[in-house]
Amino acid sequence: MYQVPSIMKKLPIPLVVFLFLTGMALAEDYGDAIVMGSIGDARTLVPILASDTASSDITGMVFNGLVKYDKDIKLTGDLAQSWEIKDGGLTIIFHLRRNVLWQDGHPFTAHDVEFTYLKLIDPDVKTPYSGDFERVSSFEVIDDHTIKVTYKEPFSPGLSSWGMSIMPKHLLEKEDLNKTDFGRHPIGTGPYVFKSWRSQEKIELTSYKDYFEAQPYISRYIFRVIPDESTLFLELQTEGVDSTGLTPLQYLRQTDTPFFKEKYRKFRLPSFGYTYMGYNLNDEKFKDARVRKALNYAVDKNEILRIVLLGLGRVCTGPFVPESWAYNKDVIAEEYNPQKARELLKEAGWKDIDNDGILDKNGMKFEFTVITNQGNEERLKSAQIIQKRLKEIGINMKVKVLEWSVFLSEYIDKRKFEAVILGWALARDPDCYDIFHSSKTREGEFNFVGYNNPEVDRLLEEGRRIFEEDKRAEVYHKIHRLIYDEQPYMFLYVPDSLSVLHSRFRGIQPAPIGIGYNFIKWWVPLSEQKYKK
Amino acid sequence: MSVNFVGQINDTIGPADMVNYILRRLLGVIPMLIGITLISFFVIHLAPGKPTTIQQSLNPKVSLEVRERLEKLYGLDKPLHIQYLSWLSRLVRFDFGRSFSDDRPVLDKILERIPLTLTINILSLVLIFLVAIPIGIRSAVKPNGLFDKSATVLVFIFFALPSFWLALLLMNLFGVQLRWLPISGIKSLDFEYLGFWGKLADLTWHLILPLFVSCIGALAGLSRYMRQNMMEALRQPYIYTARAKGLPEHKVVYKHALRNALLPVVTILGLSIPGLLGGSVIFESLFALPGIGRLFYEAVMMRDYPLIMAELVIGTVLTLLGNLLADIGYACVDPRIRYKK
Repeated sequence: MYQVPSIMKKLPIPLVVFLFLTGMALAEDYGDAIVMGSIGDARTLVPILASDTASSDITGMVFNGLVKYDKDIKLTGDLAQSWEIKDGGLTIIFHLRRNVLWQDGHPFTAHDVEFTYLKLIDPDVKTPYSGDFERVSSFEVIDDHTIKVTYKEPFSPGLSSWGMSIMPKHLLEKEDLNKTDFGRHPIGTGPYVFKSWRSQEKIELTSYKDYFEAQPYISRYIFRVIPDESTLFLELQTEGVDSTGLTPLQYLRQTDTPFFKEKYRKFRLPSFGYTYMGYNLNDEKFKDARVRKALNYAVDKNEILRIVLLGLGRVCTGPFVPESWAYNKDVIAEEYNPQKARELLKEAGWKDIDNDGILDKNGMKFEFTVITNQGNEERLKSAQIIQKRLKEIGINMKVKVLEWSVFLSEYIDKRKFEAVILGWALARDPDCYDIFHSSKTREGEFNFVGYNNPEVDRLLEEGRRIFEEDKRAEVYHKIHRLIYDEQPYMFLYVPDSLSVLHSRFRGIQPAPIGIGYNFIKWWVPLSEQKYKK
Repeated sequence: MSVNFVGQINDTIGPADMVNYILRRLLGVIPMLIGITLISFFVIHLAPGKPTTIQQSLNPKVSLEVRERLEKLYGLDKPLHIQYLSWLSRLVRFDFGRSFSDDRPVLDKILERIPLTLTINILSLVLIFLVAIPIGIRSAVKPNGLFDKSATVLVFIFFALPSFWLALLLMNLFGVQLRWLPISGIKSLDFEYLGFWGKLADLTWHLILPLFVSCIGALAGLSRYMRQNMMEALRQPYIYTARAKGLPEHKVVYKHALRNALLPVVTILGLSIPGLLGGSVIFESLFALPGIGRLFYEAVMMRDYPLIMAELVIGTVLTLLGNLLADIGYACVDPRIRYKK
């Protein structure tokens, strides 16, 4: 005999019915599919091999790492339940989750992590990510769910490197990772299971019922390859794709029709990167810091932001973005001040002696060429605005656009440039040793401007050894201040990340890290579901 | 291209001569292939940049040591002539190597794109012929008449229109405004669940716009050529004879004039064969068609040498074969060539 709970006997029937119905309405529905539009196809789905965005988008759905970043951009456990940092940072002990199953039913254990680590440092595996893992001096499997990693010296960015996707040992131990068919048919521990891949057309994933966090609500994840931006935008207008990135122009001017307002939601979120103009610090003209500071005063960054990004971004004040805990709020960008620019240049010995409108010094005119890569409208426009402003204070800057691979191999790698406009897409960990340390100036390395500051070097080394975030933050605050003051780059802007998502998806909660962090909690009410099956 | 048959003592060229000729031409393909690939190989390597530069560069997680190690794995640190010879030695065993971008066998990557490219190109060719030839004939039968003048203007307008612009306009009109046709791609998302006829219909529906755009520009060339040939043919003495004999006009035009006017068209068919396996990267990118054009373009941009070389070999072989077929076809179709006099 079914007993009605006594509390319900006291409530009037209509209220009970109402509560019951709203309870039903608020429950998330399973089903539907999300169609992502992408300009490029994935290359391989072996997670440690691919470095392109498309491949990482897919492997991010199929695999997990030991750690991941939560909505506040703090490291949290993924396959690792918890970890301990010992011996002043030399050792990290990971306690792995139990009851995690690979998508083929096999249990996940510490041996899978060991296998992934060994492949990462294997010289015959074509992985670009070995760098961080070569700093490990020993890797010990304590038991099926405990790992002890010891480093040669304390290395705090190492912790976030364990966000690397873990691969299944039982499926790959006998395979040649470079050639394995697994790259076209991956099996992971993540929320989505690989279903099919039609080259250059689409990749389809289905939700994993036994995912250790929870089964995702959206049943299918479809990745459509549409290489042309105009076509992608047209597909958006027929609801052929559910989500794609937008340019500032599209965001502001082309997506305010009644159709868009009804069918889509727009998102403007902070991005994790910046655009800059870098100087070749070995060039006579740019050796003097006063010259670089002068150029910084001579260019109005707000103007660039307004024209190039239509205001959808922020002025950059140094090597960190505002969302990062390493960002120093006290570093304020210098105001546009052409008068001060001229004064500083005069101090550095640059005057217009022959009255031709261009500054001279020791018989040399202040002329230089800035290079940038083909295909990036924003960088080209920024260059042109800078060119105009520099002309006003007597500097003749030419702009040269080069094809990407020529740009990298002939000019950047060989340091054959005077100035360059580029951008960095940053990792969440603020360690920028590879970009600003004086030892990273060999051909092919990333300190191609040739920055050399012993104090910054010391701070960069220190920042990598400290694990407590507060103490690390102090170090990076100092680095932020020093680098902005010295101006090895003219820091230009931090663009906003603009995207659009079909309005039928619920559960989106914008956070400092973006909106994708809780993707498994997104859902579509049954009545609005578009893709049945 | 001049045709040079060595015949026997008799007047006509017999089958034995044809076989002889074909064999000699086929053998001639080999030294040409080696020459072309040798030059291509070195020219490609003249372009600055290596596959490893593009793939991993400016990714702060990828250090210099890692890139050097990757270069060794790809064999890029060996001298050029060694790289060429090892490529050639694999080629004679029909091993085209593996793509640098994802290590898949190059042949797989090319073969999976061929059906689509071939289909579109063959259908395109058929459609162009089906439309351009009647236009040419009709124009020639009444030169400078109303049909001729309007057809000329129309085909030249189509010829002058930039195809990518036209494509976007039509995609907007038929895709977004009218919702009659899909915008891009070759299959719908639920393609796998359709029956056989459903799949055929889906493919056809997706191909309408791309085929239309690809054919429209080519109409001008062939229709003008056809018109010219027809007018030539209609001026011949045997046409007077035919008319004098009292033959009905449609027999004069179709049975006598057309047959002769079509001969040069055979040459065009033969010369179109290499183009069958080519694709336009702009066209394919616009319509999101996974064809050969995009594959080749991306291979060049990424310096994916095995893939580039494979496509060049295929292109070369097809061009040479196409020429051969055109010559043979012409000989078969034109009795005058078969007779030594």
